[in-house]
Amino acid sequence: MSEGILTLNGLTVGYDGAPVQRGVDLSLARGEIVALIGPNGGGKSTILKTAARRLGPLGGAVLLDGADIAGLSAHALAKAMAVVLTERADPELTTCFDFVAAGRYPHTGRFGMLSDRDRRAVRDAMEAVGCAALAERDAARISDGQRQRLVIARALCQEPRVMLLDEPTSFLDIRHKLALVTLLRTLARARGIAMLVSMHEIDLAQRLADRVLCVSGDAPGPAGRPEDVFTRANIQALYGLPEGAYDPVTGGVELPRVTGAPRALVLSSGGSGVSVYRALQREGVPFAAAILRPGELDHHLAMLLAVETVEERPYVPLGRDAVERALALVKACDRVIDAGVCTDGVNEGMKEVLDAAKGMGKLQGART
Amino acid sequence: MRRAPIRLLVAFPLLAACVLLLFLASAATGSVPVPLDQVASALFLRRGDEATLNILWQIRLPRAAMAALLGGALSLSGYLLQTFFTNPIAGPFVLGISSGAKLMVACALVLMLGRGLAVSSWTMVGAAFVGALVVTAFVLLVSRRLRGMAQLLVAGIMAGYICSAATDFIVTFAQDSDIVNLRGWSLGSFSGATWDALLPAGVLTGTGFVAAMLLSKPMDAYRMGEAHAESVGVNVRALRTALVLLSGLLSACVTAFAGPISFVGIAVPIMVKRLLRTAKPILVMPAVSMAGAAFCLCCDMIARTAFAPTELAVSTVTSLFGAPVVIAALIRRGRAQTDRRR
Repeated sequence: MSEGILTLNGLTVGYDGAPVQRGVDLSLARGEIVALIGPNGGGKSTILKTAARRLGPLGGAVLLDGADIAGLSAHALAKAMAVVLTERADPELTTCFDFVAAGRYPHTGRFGMLSDRDRRAVRDAMEAVGCAALAERDAARISDGQRQRLVIARALCQEPRVMLLDEPTSFLDIRHKLALVTLLRTLARARGIAMLVSMHEIDLAQRLADRVLCVSGDAPGPAGRPEDVFTRANIQALYGLPEGAYDPVTGGVELPRVTGAPRALVLSSGGSGVSVYRALQREGVPFAAAILRPGELDHHLAMLLAVETVEERPYVPLGRDAVERALALVKACDRVIDAGVCTDGVNEGMKEVLDAAKGMGKLQGART
Repeated sequence: MRRAPIRLLVAFPLLAACVLLLFLASAATGSVPVPLDQVASALFLRRGDEATLNILWQIRLPRAAMAALLGGALSLSGYLLQTFFTNPIAGPFVLGISSGAKLMVACALVLMLGRGLAVSSWTMVGAAFVGALVVTAFVLLVSRRLRGMAQLLVAGIMAGYICSAATDFIVTFAQDSDIVNLRGWSLGSFSGATWDALLPAGVLTGTGFVAAMLLSKPMDAYRMGEAHAESVGVNVRALRTALVLLSGLLSACVTAFAGPISFVGIAVPIMVKRLLRTAKPILVMPAVSMAGAAFCLCCDMIARTAFAPTELAVSTVTSLFGAPVVIAALIRRGRAQTDRRR
């Protein structure tokens, strides 16, 4: 723990003497990314602000290479640590090159003139984030995705050992979110920069972070590798979600299931039922699902969303029990939706269920 | 990167030439026209007939120098405030600093003239600076309570109204002889400039300019965002205080020597930034100072000669040219914002 570049040592953070989070302990090694995860107002930003010395700690300390940042000069701190906040300023008449070059501040002289080495660092940083072509463009006339890359480039050409990023993926569309996560991972590894990142997208944090720390309540929650921390119970407790809402397999969040007697029966296999489940869920129709085997994607989702799910063990022919239960559901429901169910091999028993539904005039295709 | 230096290489000599030419032209024009070559020889060689030399050295040259100096100071003061507010539509009048300076100068004039005392230029500047500082302190005090820039602006405007009301009150109850003095000064004019007044004006303006240039690096970081500036090691609170103090010093200087002059502080920086196509303080500040000098020289010439022998108040002319620039900038800014939203 002690060899970390950035260490939060029993840190208590808050405003005007009122603590928001108590006793935060965290240590980041070279090239390591740690994500702070938690609900809005949980204290993620407050921790970042305190780590960046924009806010004084109410207790404990922030250590940079073992030295308390409270004792560092602003210049020394800026040379070691870059901060990317959600602030949005649109400086007028500024090219993207000049925008990024603002990150050279701690390295330039009295009047901020750029040396050849400074220019190289700026170009290098723009290259690294894939924005080299924007150099001459007006920084006020670029897309949000490009803008976020420029902000990262600006932090990068500061040549920091530690980067603090406050919700860098917010306000980006899904493509740019993924691109940014990939970029941060690459940069952390290639340049050995330790990154402390706050975010509220659990799925992205899982792809980005080496470790995560849950932040809510008044003291930090579980910490560790994302796959260990992001259990259903932890996430539901962190965000105060209802039972079953978070799906650790997809990393997504589901609406609560529609309850009541099933009005539709969905027949599917191998994942073909997923889109039908979602459509029924949206329409508020309670539904049953048949006949699914553990490990199938529809089985996984049906356990969360369907009122009733008929199951069979994987790889064995459909048993009589399962088929009878499915037939009973065909009788009970108003309609039976064939979402592309397989009727070959071990699934041959499904033919009987489909025929029964057709006989009662309840069978529909997935599209109708 | 490749085109910008050419633009700058043209713009700076152009501005310098403008200042020099307008300075000479300003000395040449008036009720007694003096040919430019005589102005040049009188200025650089001190050669010419006595009457011409007298007109030039006693009246026109100090007046032109004062217009150039204070025009530069006023524009720079405006630019510092715009940096402070990160808003190009801010000027020395908006924060109420000029009104505070005006009030204190009015007080000093009425008090001292009423007792038959002479008012030196240092006293005037001192009074103006005290007034500017009081308003500045008030605004900074409010800024500590309110974080938003909008509230700060409103506070400044209100402070300005209070000071103007107090000035009106003093003028209303002042004696007739004082009012004559006050009226002439409160309209704003470069007339009556003397070499004695130029010394303090030059020292203060020069000091202000040098100090502002020394702040150009943190100012550049600040315009990229307050949080960014802080994260790269700028002491934002100290910078903001320095900006307001410097701006206050410069506008106090102008108010003391020439009275309130409107629109120069807003209009000139807007025009200069469009000319240079950059907003880097280290380039903009010298250019703004030169352009402000040229602008005020030009406006002063028009004020003197347009309806001669009647002289216009210089604010009348600066408003005439400055206000449309500000309105155009407002419209452009509004349009740019709707473009971005689209």
